[in-house]
Amino acid sequence: MGRKLLTEHINVAGIDTFDVYRQHGGYRSVEKALKMTPDEVVEEVKKSGLRGRGGAGFPTGMKWSFLAKPEGVPRYLVCNADESEPGTFKDRQLMSKLPHLLIEGMITSSYALGANTSYIYIRGELLYVLRILEKAIAEAYAKGYLGKNILGSGYDLDLHVHPGGGAYICGEETALLESLEGKRGNPRNKPPFPAVQGLYARPTVVNNVESICAVVPIVNDGGDEYAKIGVGKSTGTKLISACGHLNKPGIYEIELGVPVEEFIYSDEYCGGIWKGRDLKAVVAGGSSVPILPKDLILKTAAGENRLMTYESLSDGGFVTGTMLGSGGFIAMDETTCIVRNTWNFSRFYHHESCGQCSPCREGTGWMEKVLHRLEYGHGSMHDIDLLVSVAKQIEGNTICPLGEAAAWPVAAAVRHFRHEFEWHVTNPKEATAPGAAYRGAAVLA
Amino acid sequence: MAKITFDGIEVEVPDGTTILNAARKIGGGVVPPAMCYYTPLKGSGGKCRACLVKVSAGSAKDPRPMPKLVASCVTPVQDGMVVENTTNPQVLDVRKGIVEMLLINHPLDCPVCDQAGECDLQNFAFEHGVSTTRYEEERRTFDKIDIGPLIQLHMTRCILCYRCVYTANQITDNRVHGVLGRGDAAEIGTYIENVIDNDFSGNVIDVCPVGALTDKTFRFKSRVWFTKPVNAHRNCSHEKCNGHVTLWYKGADVLRVTARKDEYGEVKEWICNECRFDKKETSDWTIEGPAQIERSSVISANHYELPVINPQVIADMPESVVRELEQNPPLKLGGFNG
Repeated sequence: MGRKLLTEHINVAGIDTFDVYRQHGGYRSVEKALKMTPDEVVEEVKKSGLRGRGGAGFPTGMKWSFLAKPEGVPRYLVCNADESEPGTFKDRQLMSKLPHLLIEGMITSSYALGANTSYIYIRGELLYVLRILEKAIAEAYAKGYLGKNILGSGYDLDLHVHPGGGAYICGEETALLESLEGKRGNPRNKPPFPAVQGLYARPTVVNNVESICAVVPIVNDGGDEYAKIGVGKSTGTKLISACGHLNKPGIYEIELGVPVEEFIYSDEYCGGIWKGRDLKAVVAGGSSVPILPKDLILKTAAGENRLMTYESLSDGGFVTGTMLGSGGFIAMDETTCIVRNTWNFSRFYHHESCGQCSPCREGTGWMEKVLHRLEYGHGSMHDIDLLVSVAKQIEGNTICPLGEAAAWPVAAAVRHFRHEFEWHVTNPKEATAPGAAYRGAAVLA
Repeated sequence: MAKITFDGIEVEVPDGTTILNAARKIGGGVVPPAMCYYTPLKGSGGKCRACLVKVSAGSAKDPRPMPKLVASCVTPVQDGMVVENTTNPQVLDVRKGIVEMLLINHPLDCPVCDQAGECDLQNFAFEHGVSTTRYEEERRTFDKIDIGPLIQLHMTRCILCYRCVYTANQITDNRVHGVLGRGDAAEIGTYIENVIDNDFSGNVIDVCPVGALTDKTFRFKSRVWFTKPVNAHRNCSHEKCNGHVTLWYKGADVLRVTARKDEYGEVKEWICNECRFDKKETSDWTIEGPAQIERSSVISANHYELPVINPQVIADMPESVVRELEQNPPLKLGGFNG
């Protein structure tokens, strides 16, 4: 059993209250950090090798050091709690069970960045979590961990929770900032980057909930200690929200470096595929990362065991690899129709495109329509190539990464499961029967 | 100052200039097309992706190429930057894709659209697109929204450049319209049908790159290439309006009034609604002369060039006739007494 840095006490009764959380060692990192200089805290985070847990995996310490620090200008830390990627549900659990862990992380991180006002931008649908957080924040204010002169250190911090309107696009950091400013949640053009001109045109750092929570054990135990967990540049623990056709779906805190095979099949984690069926494919990091067939998710193209790390999962690029992403692990058994699944993902991105830039606005809808056609047996072979071509026209040409997020799953599904698309074209009657799925052998890229 | 190389041409521009404006300084065929960027409107640009270019060297300090194509209208230059536009096949390929994306849900009703002939999307598609489509589905349409007696909103033609939103934000006293909805259901609207009514609202017609916002007083009156643009001015009583306009004549009638635009279709001076909609008599205006229209434009297809008389012919003419020709060039604009 791996170490649990974040979720060790998650099932303790009353852990969402200040007193119980404090009894289990809570808020130690705040006390420790306030005795250090902000730069020392940043240095610890850099040493830890912590990488952004929201999906992109950018080193958090490096992101922090990019923050512009002009004199006399306020800086902001914004926590991105707008978790809405299909298949990802780790932050919700973390916030609703351990609200004080996030608040502790926010205080420590804000101190490191020199921010005196910080925000948690939470997804609008999670209203009940917002209430939990607000209650916890009120407790932290009452105990002197928030507000003026925290623990007599002279450091002030105000923490606000702001609910979004429920748009997926507001999880993109600049759209999040626009929304937080009260505007329509459209992503901004970059540069300028948020580290220079973010919230209210001030230097801003936007971090995922899990990244901010991970700062707590990093400060408590030291960055070096944290970096000992994991493999290579993938350090520490990561929450994986496993769902789909698994015996034990749920949220697992794993030490990075667990083999994918072990994660799926061992009883410690997901316990294998349900109903004794065979695994067909896995989307390893939330719906936007490329889907991989069973053979490629368990072993890399070179035949090595694939591990749950940033590097191992992306081994082989997008030809034979994928990404760790946000940790939304979706397993699909042999009864799954990949065309229908891809259409479903595509429908989501069509619905969630903000409509600001033309390739994404028009292309996501186009892909959805073509996939719908294929799924319902009206497609032609030409449509399959059309899909790849449209995906390529979107990818890389949009303002924000939603374009890529929409294009990657479609391109990868055609790349690895082209035979299923062709089967829908050649055998429309069979393929459109309720619950039909191609059961033939997968073709490796 | 920053020196950049654009398509192999060196140009020096002040720091903070965008790549697009640096290219416009060079001018001619290297300038990337722009469907949403509009110099007079702060914050515009970056949306249509028509102006994507390849930055093959970021700057003199950091000569690494930028990983993705960048929107030239919002990306500032760096000293030593090397940019490829027409010289890069990837850029041209992507641009072809952008045309396709913009056109798949465009109604292509140019034969009945008032904007035809001065439409940015027409020009863009003609220059960079292909003549076929791969889109088989039904095109997206919108219901018509009434936004008052002066401006026609035809949302189905809109390419969501946001120019009219910025115009209303920055030029008029209060913006009553904006973008509603999301994705390909996003539309320009006034939310709970509202009339756009303020002194400068007509400018949204000028900034619209397509026929989504058109002048109701000019609707279906004439194709633009049958009208003749003439620069004129009047003493406008509105404090923010200079009264410098372009009149569009057909015969002796002023069919419409627009602001003056530069070669990139950008308004030079905003005009008020009184000048635009109410002053349609020649007697309201002091005529300055024919407006400059690009030679390649369909509007300049049949007028305005003074007939070129062969110097040999002139030499054979009596001196009095030559003087007469010089004083009264043989061009009469539709019979007004200007």
